[in-house]
Amino acid sequence: MRLLSRKATCNSHGQDSSYFLGWQEYEKNPYVEVRNPKGIIQMGLAENQLSFDLLESWLAKNPDAAGFKRDGESIFRELALFQDYHGLPDFKKALVEFMAETRGNKVTFNPNNLVLTAGATSANETLMFCLAEAGEAFLLPTPYYPGFDRDLKWRTGVEIVPIHCTSSNDFQITESALEEAYQEAQKRNLRVKGVLVTNPSNPLGTTMSRSELNLLIDFITAKSIHLISDEIYSGTVFRSPGFISVMEVLKDRNCHNTQVWNRVHIVYSLSKDLGLPGFRVGAIYSNDDMVVAAATKMSSFGLVSSQTQYLLSALLSDKKFTKNYISENQKRLKQRHRMLVMGLQNAGISCLKSNAGLFCWVDMRHLLRSNTFEAEMELWKKIVYDVRLNISPGSSCHCAEPGWFRVCFANMSEDTLNLAMQRLKAFVVESTAINGHNQSNCNYHSSKNSKRKSIPKWVFRLSSRDRDRDSDER
Amino acid sequence: MAIEIEQPSVGLSKVAVSDTHGEDSPYFAGWKAYDENPYDELNNPLGVIQMGLAENQVSFDLLEEYLEEHSEASSWGKGASGFRENALFQDYHGLKSFRKAMASFMEQIRGGRVKFDPERVVLTAGATAANELLTFILADPGDALLVPTPYYPGFDRDLRWRTGVKIVPIHCDSSNNFQITPEALEAAYNNAKAMNIKVRGVLITNPSNPLGATIQRLVLEEILDFVTRKNIHLVSDEIYSGSVFSPTEFISVAEILEARKFKDSERVHIVYSLSKDLGLPGFRVGTIYSYNDKVVTTARRMSSFTLISSQTQHLLASMLSNKAFTENYIMINRERLRKRYEMIIEGLRSSGIECLKGNAGLFCWMNLSPLLDKPTREGELALWDSMLHEVKLNISPGSSCHCSEPGWFRVCFANMSELTLQVALKRIHIFMEKKGGERNQQIFSQ
Repeated sequence: MRLLSRKATCNSHGQDSSYFLGWQEYEKNPYVEVRNPKGIIQMGLAENQLSFDLLESWLAKNPDAAGFKRDGESIFRELALFQDYHGLPDFKKALVEFMAETRGNKVTFNPNNLVLTAGATSANETLMFCLAEAGEAFLLPTPYYPGFDRDLKWRTGVEIVPIHCTSSNDFQITESALEEAYQEAQKRNLRVKGVLVTNPSNPLGTTMSRSELNLLIDFITAKSIHLISDEIYSGTVFRSPGFISVMEVLKDRNCHNTQVWNRVHIVYSLSKDLGLPGFRVGAIYSNDDMVVAAATKMSSFGLVSSQTQYLLSALLSDKKFTKNYISENQKRLKQRHRMLVMGLQNAGISCLKSNAGLFCWVDMRHLLRSNTFEAEMELWKKIVYDVRLNISPGSSCHCAEPGWFRVCFANMSEDTLNLAMQRLKAFVVESTAINGHNQSNCNYHSSKNSKRKSIPKWVFRLSSRDRDRDSDER
Repeated sequence: MAIEIEQPSVGLSKVAVSDTHGEDSPYFAGWKAYDENPYDELNNPLGVIQMGLAENQVSFDLLEEYLEEHSEASSWGKGASGFRENALFQDYHGLKSFRKAMASFMEQIRGGRVKFDPERVVLTAGATAANELLTFILADPGDALLVPTPYYPGFDRDLRWRTGVKIVPIHCDSSNNFQITPEALEAAYNNAKAMNIKVRGVLITNPSNPLGATIQRLVLEEILDFVTRKNIHLVSDEIYSGSVFSPTEFISVAEILEARKFKDSERVHIVYSLSKDLGLPGFRVGTIYSYNDKVVTTARRMSSFTLISSQTQHLLASMLSNKAFTENYIMINRERLRKRYEMIIEGLRSSGIECLKGNAGLFCWMNLSPLLDKPTREGELALWDSMLHEVKLNISPGSSCHCSEPGWFRVCFANMSELTLQVALKRIHIFMEKKGGERNQQIFSQ
């Protein structure tokens, strides 16, 4: 019986992409330090596991926050009943202050313009529902987070048109790329409603320059469209150049009383900066009252648990804690990032110079058999099956150039990262040696892996059969 | 300071500017009046008493007691991994222990008469999200779901707003206690057909909101036969299943399916939530239980947009897997709700007001049609207005629930203390006496 909607039967959930296939392989054979040392190391998961101790020690010192108590008194009843989509006022206040703090207090936010949602996943989808009709389009710079294909398009019917960025200028957005994307949309008869950027970028790990931001503002002003700046990684900037929020640029340009002021919206979340993806805490910030009003009502479909709002309002209101956390977290990310970069360098692999995020954008073009996406897939499969590292191929991020991979560094211990680097080095050394002996570099024989795993046929097919994926990660 | 812009903000979607969110209806206007002048026993004894809010506040002590005795539910233990693991857990399958606990809790509510497979439990942030999600999965924009009237006002938003799906009412009336009849089902279906609208399913709330009554077995069988004949879906929102006053009176569609050995069950989906039975609307805990594999898989993926906080899943996994606690809770909660119900029915009866015979829920369906100046929607709204501004009670007019007969009102009884309920009943009594006096005057002066 043809019983389900078109949305249910289409493929827009995007779960057949390689991004998720690598996951599945990892799930089947996960690396575990003692019990499964030959397993696959997960490097495709943009989680921040570096600063849990700071959170845990705060929790130990402040048991009331998770215990439904305020000043020793139980507020369980109050919280249990609180389902107001305007959100817990104390929490919104603490959250906007935290957002200001991660922006060096160069901008401030009004809690009344903040809408809470169950994660940034929900925030991005909600903004699409608010700003675009089914069949209209948003422009996104490539490479971009694979989840956007689902989050922005699936239930909304909105289209994504890519703004192609290349390594020729470190993947920065250019005026001509913007125009080209806009023209492409026109050609496809798609009305463009806005641009969505991730700043700092996933998967690049770089912050946007002031000139890029200015360019974007000029562009959306000229076209009278929206700009969504997903700043989910804003707290992960660990070195210069610092983070410049689009709000800061608007302020500097005195845009306050102009139309463009109302057309810029920020998305945020605590999943990356605080490492709390399970708690589902996202937010939309907009200067446009109508957007705030509509998004607030829509948040009914994905409210943040009041239990969690209360815990986090206590945490984030502790300014001593947040100040220390922000700086310590950045220090640790910086150090980890350096470890990865050096480890890669040691293997003769370079990556895009980056200053943020939980990953590096790694250049493996020199290891490709040919400058094609087929060759990228081949290389990726070798890395997953033979080197046993799950990394994300650039094609899954819609990168225009083959050979780039996103490699995460903050979701594992130092020892595990070191091991991953050793494996990678060994792989490069061997494949270079093989290259030296014969011209083609098709067959890599793992000396560490006595029974060579044959690559299952399904990997070569991106089939449309249902596949279950266990988690939902950036 | 508001920025003055002549036209509406550039390029908001039709969905954003529409009023399909329904928030301009009287249902919400009453809320506003209450917010502006809320009753408080000590500080504002003449304020508006909120009787339009279907919340369950009668059993919090049981929950609080549990939490006192089981601090591990709201903390993560001494080991490092507890917090970390929980904070990282965003798997849309949901915490296995929580799904199991939820399935088992749902079984207990149904007296163990059905079994629920935890693998079919999909978690969402509230029933609001569950209903919208199912609508996205079962229907395309422009299609319709048939919903019996009167129904929960929130459905207008939850089922229609972002989905573009329509609601076609299945009209029910007091001639048979508002029960759904096969004729009414057929009429609704044909009505949709006449408007060239494709019907994708029927959505019932059982126990019913606002009727406060369970659906009878025979009626459920008829509904199931109907959806099978028409080859459409059945969504049974059983959010009030734990609030049935007598344990044997609730028959879930799950029971009917089991009796039929699950024949044609892949068109049936159950929605549940802890907002009413456990009184935890703030925690956003809803679920979809579907007998259709494809729906389960798709719903699970879609739940990415509306996951339950892992902190909350952890808390409730602990609470709901404690069988001693849940058995006790279910039993005592039922008992207290029954007592409240009897209190309000008695109080209303002694004021000369009759209600639909109810056996579940957090409200009763009150018949004030004898008081209407005119037997019309306007008459009903005028009466509602005087209840709100003279009697200072916020109750929900039947028209906001799309009731086809004017004069019925939903009155909640579980969201306040017993004392407050007594105050409300007293006010009604005085109001009715006054009305009676006025009537007598009119008769006298004729």
